[in-house]
Amino acid sequence: MTEQQGFPLPSQIADVPGAENWRSMYQYFTRFQPDDDKRFWFYNSMHFPEPIPAFDSITSEIPYQAIGANTARLFVFPTTLGIEHRIVNGRVYITANPVLDPAEIGRRGEVFGPRAGYYFEHWDSLYEGWKERVRGLIASIESVEVPSLPEWEPDEVVFEARGVAQNHYLVENFNKCLALYSTMWHHHTEMLMLGYGAYVVFFQFCQQAFPEISDQTVARMVAGIDVIMYRPDDELKGLARLAVDLGVDDLFVEGAVAADVLAALETRGEAGAQWLDAFAEARDPWFHVSSGDGFYHHHLSWNDDLTVPFTALPGYVAAVKAGGIAPRPTEQLIAERDRIATGYRDLLTSDDEKAAFDQMLGLCRLVFPFVEDHKFYCEHWFTTRFFQKIKEFGALLARVGVLAEADDVFQLHHTEIDAALSDVSLAWAAGSPPLGAAHFQPIIAERKRMLKVLKDWSPPPALGPVPEALNDPAVRMLWGITQERIESWLNPDPDEVVGVAASSGVVEGVARVLHDVAEIGSLREGEILVVPVTAPSWAPVFAKIKAAVSDIGGSMSHAAIVAREYGMPAVVGCGDATKRISTGDRIRVDGDRGTVRVLS
Amino acid sequence: MSGSLVVPLADASSAAEVGGKGASLGFLARAGIAVPPGFVVTAGAFAAALSAAIDADGALRAELTALPAGSLGEIGRVCAAFRARVADTPLPGEVASAIAAGYAALGGGSADVAVRSSATVEDSADASFAGLQDTYLGVCGSSSVLEHVRRCWASLYNDSSVAYRRRLGMPEDGIAMAVVVQRMVRPRAAGVMFTRSPVTGDRSVVAIEGTWGLGSALVSGDVTPDSFVVSKITGEITSRRVSVKGRLHTFLPNGPGVTVTDTPAARRDAASLTDDEIRALADIARRVETHYGAPQDIEWALLDGDGPAASRIVLLQSRPETVWAARGAAPVAAPKARPADHVLSLFGKPL
Repeated sequence: MTEQQGFPLPSQIADVPGAENWRSMYQYFTRFQPDDDKRFWFYNSMHFPEPIPAFDSITSEIPYQAIGANTARLFVFPTTLGIEHRIVNGRVYITANPVLDPAEIGRRGEVFGPRAGYYFEHWDSLYEGWKERVRGLIASIESVEVPSLPEWEPDEVVFEARGVAQNHYLVENFNKCLALYSTMWHHHTEMLMLGYGAYVVFFQFCQQAFPEISDQTVARMVAGIDVIMYRPDDELKGLARLAVDLGVDDLFVEGAVAADVLAALETRGEAGAQWLDAFAEARDPWFHVSSGDGFYHHHLSWNDDLTVPFTALPGYVAAVKAGGIAPRPTEQLIAERDRIATGYRDLLTSDDEKAAFDQMLGLCRLVFPFVEDHKFYCEHWFTTRFFQKIKEFGALLARVGVLAEADDVFQLHHTEIDAALSDVSLAWAAGSPPLGAAHFQPIIAERKRMLKVLKDWSPPPALGPVPEALNDPAVRMLWGITQERIESWLNPDPDEVVGVAASSGVVEGVARVLHDVAEIGSLREGEILVVPVTAPSWAPVFAKIKAAVSDIGGSMSHAAIVAREYGMPAVVGCGDATKRISTGDRIRVDGDRGTVRVLS
Repeated sequence: MSGSLVVPLADASSAAEVGGKGASLGFLARAGIAVPPGFVVTAGAFAAALSAAIDADGALRAELTALPAGSLGEIGRVCAAFRARVADTPLPGEVASAIAAGYAALGGGSADVAVRSSATVEDSADASFAGLQDTYLGVCGSSSVLEHVRRCWASLYNDSSVAYRRRLGMPEDGIAMAVVVQRMVRPRAAGVMFTRSPVTGDRSVVAIEGTWGLGSALVSGDVTPDSFVVSKITGEITSRRVSVKGRLHTFLPNGPGVTVTDTPAARRDAASLTDDEIRALADIARRVETHYGAPQDIEWALLDGDGPAASRIVLLQSRPETVWAARGAAPVAAPKARPADHVLSLFGKPL
């Protein structure tokens, strides 16, 4: 570590005026400590691009206890313990705890080798079992019952001698949700960190053998073609084709609202019914895709909010009528992927290198389906169900008068919800009103106001002393944070936004900055999408846009992968593109150099 | 063939006869890669002129051979005398008429040509004489061609060239020079390209440098060229750096030859190549590398016109890349007992 040269220290971050009480939203153990000034922290804007509501801080608390447990305690990675996180002004900063002592690395390696080796050796069968377990967790979260607290218990509680009244299950079932969420996250990281390890090995090899190879080219050799992330979009295209075949395509016009379209289909006899059947089938599970990446309660799935799919459908219907939507040319994509891999392999000079290349690439392709698809199961399917279940508890709290509306539950920390439910439980038992409204409603109002204020704060991309060398390949690949990126954070060119060159090509066009997927309807054909982060559910948007720019993401991020497949330029991991670019700006996206220039 | 005084470029193949540059241009032409039409005045023609006229008794060569490497003053004196003889001694009639016939076949009369030295030891991978011999652009008329062929021959006796040979202890008797005579091109842009990165040695890219007009602006260091890097595998242009190109070398036919001017303002900051042209160049570079079976260092020119980029590219030279070839490289990795062992060793201790 060198002396600090540019980034503020954690202790120098002042409270945002008007939101001085932000600490009340988060647990004491998320606050920066005096000693934290000695370490380098970077803003995790990939997962937390906006200030986090109190309940949503569970999406840092739980994942980091799962990730750290996996690397530090379960597989015992030799060179790393876990990730520490801190919250300041509603934003999450993280730092990794490395293991530097060679003796300690060796001691940990003795444990790591056999453990990691076991998972790699049995990867496919372990992944099959994994899917079963996670599907089980999804079923469990969906079946958690939120007690209805009737006036009195139904007969069977007495005649079956159950003996336990519903209020008992209020707190228990709420905590069951939290436990399931934690279990999901442990499984999420169970295979993921090793999967990333396989990527990092292959990326490093390619960069040594071909110093000028771009991350995006390495990613193209690895990418699986038949992965879940394409499925929701494919389903939508299928529904568009069906609408045309059945002659109900006239209902899918730009600006039409989902509920109206669905209601109109009810009146269209056999054709309408047939489409609705196909729609119902596609929805489960493919519409469980989240419009975000599952780190905020307002990252709703397509099933929760049909805006995204019904915004995309008119375009697809028009494309079908204009000559049809070609299915994804999977064979061609596979051939192209293999052509690139063979091209690089042929340039290796020795048979040894070629054999090592084959091993590493093979390992990447082995882990790729898990690394890509786990997000659908975990961040999308499970997590959107989890948030909806929490919202059901919110609805109960609203019904008994503690909250003004169900969504307000997300303004309370999970420990506060636990307390509110105890209050409700006691009140229901005693036959008195709960006391939570007077206690929580002013708190909730203040927090909503603070979140609005905090939204305008520009978090520094990093805090603390700049490390001499940022050599953690995983950080580089996942977050796109490199020594050069840190330099550009410190010395920004006012008109140029620098990020990761994620998909090749150069285009100019008009920017559309979307902070929230809810704004997706405002996107116009041929615009350049500028977003904090994209997720697979955004895929239909790519049919409309010319290029994509994101604040966060590396060469293996969703925006990067989808943009490459659509053959459009993309620059990801820009840090603050959504702040420096405004809707209506004319910008030039250079997907080869990884830059975005504001032209006017 | 060894007796030929002049050979068409398309037939030029033996480096001993046509020099490295002539052989490489002939090789390219036969591989179907466009080069400006031309012929080679063979090393045999030089040898004939040397033994029949210029240094008939071998005295000058003997004198040079006897000079110690460090005696720069002596080398300068003998070289000056030698060059005067090369310039002034009447050539054997058959040599002069062969050259005139070659020029006539290129159009003769007022055809503008480039006269380029092509030393028989130049351009080989292990003894690069790059830049030590001369090239004359915009030569016009039979007698002028003859005069510039003599100048190329004379350049073999530049003080620096001889000093270099003396340092290497090369026998003067074995020294010969061929001369390439080619139709002038008037490129829109020109430059050099390498079939591996000159910066990192990466063999998966073609690195292209270019500027407006003649490549001499770039080779002479008169401008900082635009530079582009193209992936051989994906065809993507992975790096582009467009620089301010202050000076412009152009060729004016039948007139003053090469002129050097300030680049017109509109073109100074503009990229000298379009993406299509960059890709077409990279494509040709790959073909040349494949033909040679080794990384190449290539001079190219892009002609004016509306045709497809590939049809407007001619190559002026290709030779083996020497810098990275000499370095070699340790293998990046070796296979392990199990694929997973790569991950295990990255993170610490192997299984």
